[in-house]
Amino acid sequence: MSLSSQFDQIFVLLQHWIEGFFPQSLQPAVGAVVAVVAIVATFPAIFAVTTVLERKGLGRIQNRLGPNRVGPLGILQPVADGIKSLTKEDIVPRSADAVVHFLAPVVLVVAIFLGYAVLPVGRNMVLMNMDAGLLFFFAIGASTELSIFMAGWSSRNKYSLLGALRAVAQMISYEVPLLLSSVVAVMITGSLSTVKIVEAQSGFTGIFPHWYVFTPWGFAGFVLFVIAALAETNRSPFDLPEGESELVAGYFTEYSGFKFALFFLGEYLGMFSIAGFAITLFLGGWGAPFSFLGFVPSWAWFFFKLLAAIVFFIWLRGTLPRLRQDQLMNFAWKFMLPMTLLNILVAGAWRFLGEGWSRWVICSLVLLCAYVLLGRILMRHQRLGPRSYRYAE
Amino acid sequence: MLGEGILQGLAETAKNFAGSFVSKERLTTVQYPEERIAPIENTRDFPILIYDGNDPMAGLRCVACQICEKECPPKCIYIVKSTDKKPDFVGKMQIYPTRFDIDISVCMSCQICVEVCPFEAIKMDTEFELSTTDRFGGLLYDREQLSKSNEHYHKIHPTEAAEVDARLAEEKAKAETKAKAAAEAAAAKAAAAAAAPPTPAAAPVAKVAPAKEPGA
Ligand code: SF4
Ligand code: SF4
Repeated sequence: MSLSSQFDQIFVLLQHWIEGFFPQSLQPAVGAVVAVVAIVATFPAIFAVTTVLERKGLGRIQNRLGPNRVGPLGILQPVADGIKSLTKEDIVPRSADAVVHFLAPVVLVVAIFLGYAVLPVGRNMVLMNMDAGLLFFFAIGASTELSIFMAGWSSRNKYSLLGALRAVAQMISYEVPLLLSSVVAVMITGSLSTVKIVEAQSGFTGIFPHWYVFTPWGFAGFVLFVIAALAETNRSPFDLPEGESELVAGYFTEYSGFKFALFFLGEYLGMFSIAGFAITLFLGGWGAPFSFLGFVPSWAWFFFKLLAAIVFFIWLRGTLPRLRQDQLMNFAWKFMLPMTLLNILVAGAWRFLGEGWSRWVICSLVLLCAYVLLGRILMRHQRLGPRSYRYAE
Repeated sequence: MLGEGILQGLAETAKNFAGSFVSKERLTTVQYPEERIAPIENTRDFPILIYDGNDPMAGLRCVACQICEKECPPKCIYIVKSTDKKPDFVGKMQIYPTRFDIDISVCMSCQICVEVCPFEAIKMDTEFELSTTDRFGGLLYDREQLSKSNEHYHKIHPTEAAEVDARLAEEKAKAETKAKAAAEAAAAKAAAAAAAPPTPAAAPVAKVAPAKEPGA
């Protein structure tokens, strides 16, 4: 094994080395435990870093400094935040359903961690190489809705319940375009296995990679997937479930202390995993962006891309204002859904039009026309102007 | 085109982000406890009681008229009148508050008490670092805590204080001339009634109606 490929496989080798201390029969189990521990340690660490980066980034966007007191340049802020949330009083409403109230954040975090099982973070670095990996991810991802509803219901507070209903409505609405936009990658690859999808994108033409995002349907699919992913993880501009100005954190109003922090953690972990899937499906997973950069380890590429995605999400959060609930729903059902369905057709056409430049022109034109037309129709019904208040005068 | 606004917005925020590293003028943040901006002159937060001279309790301008207590919208002022009297700044005998409490956890800094006070006794302070470990007792300020010297008032609101002082001096001068005139008249009367049996010299105290402050 050459040095660079050894470096590429360093974590896999490490796993095998640890396994080596155990008898043959126990080795698969030990390997799994090691991989799980790695995932459970890595992504929350990224979460901690991201919270500081986000606060600093948003600060800079608003011409502020952001956290800069705890530790050099404020990098120890997550430690302080952690201690604070651990030592805070844990208040459970007297009438709340204590068991469900306790389980809701746990279910959320567990479900999101399960999603990481099929996320390939590097060559040979996936916890479970499942044939139906993508299906597993979406099935598990759907259970976050359950935990949100549990939180809202068990709080025995009508505002929490309404907040939960809003959040669930939003997440179910965007679950559909999220799934449909990822179907194109499955169609072209011919497999639901995340590992296979990444491998299908690993070739190069000249120095350029075969990422799906560089095709018309792939680009459209990627953009739609990212929009749906933002809504699915309650990121701005789709952060209605926690709207500070309208709801003060809807479904988790009645949570405090570490349980609140768990919701926060779940939200960020969900964002990482879904960004990881966007990378896997459309951005070549752990593949290098140019053929001559192949010496950089695959996992490093994955985390670079993840970092870029996080930066983009923060940037977006600093830019866009929050949507209104009706705008959100209209956007999901009137724009996202037709576009994703059309994109599936386009991907099918791409498959059967054969090699050549004609499919590029046809597919691009179809998508572009649909985008402009749908956009125009949506805009036409948008009445902008001074608001009239009927009730609150 | 569609989605163009989003791209423009992204460009704008990116410019802000990069700009905050390049130009220091963009960053308006003040690192508060170490760095402070001097408060502007009209800054105000909670009421204080002004006293003249060196003894806070003796020099208190407040005459316990209770106007502010009645006018305070959230009713956070509590006054107990004294039974004896002490001279005010023109020498007239006045009652004074034996208790004057303001619950600053209730006070909403509306400055109405200042505007209604006819005696220039209550003014707004600029002190804002009032945190305490006792949220009930610690935020109930009594007479002693509320009293601040006129010099302090001059320091925090110089223009307003100068105006107030000028008005008070004018009032005092007016009161003095009136008293002098009254004394002279009394003396003349006494001289005219020289034949009559001498009456005890009652120095009539000038009745002063202090001008109502038009509001700071
Ligand atoms: S500032 Fe307003 S609220 Fe505060 S004591 Fe005066 S009148 Fe009352
Ligand atoms: S209105 Fe002025 S003089 Fe009257 S009680 Fe209040 S502070 Fe004292």
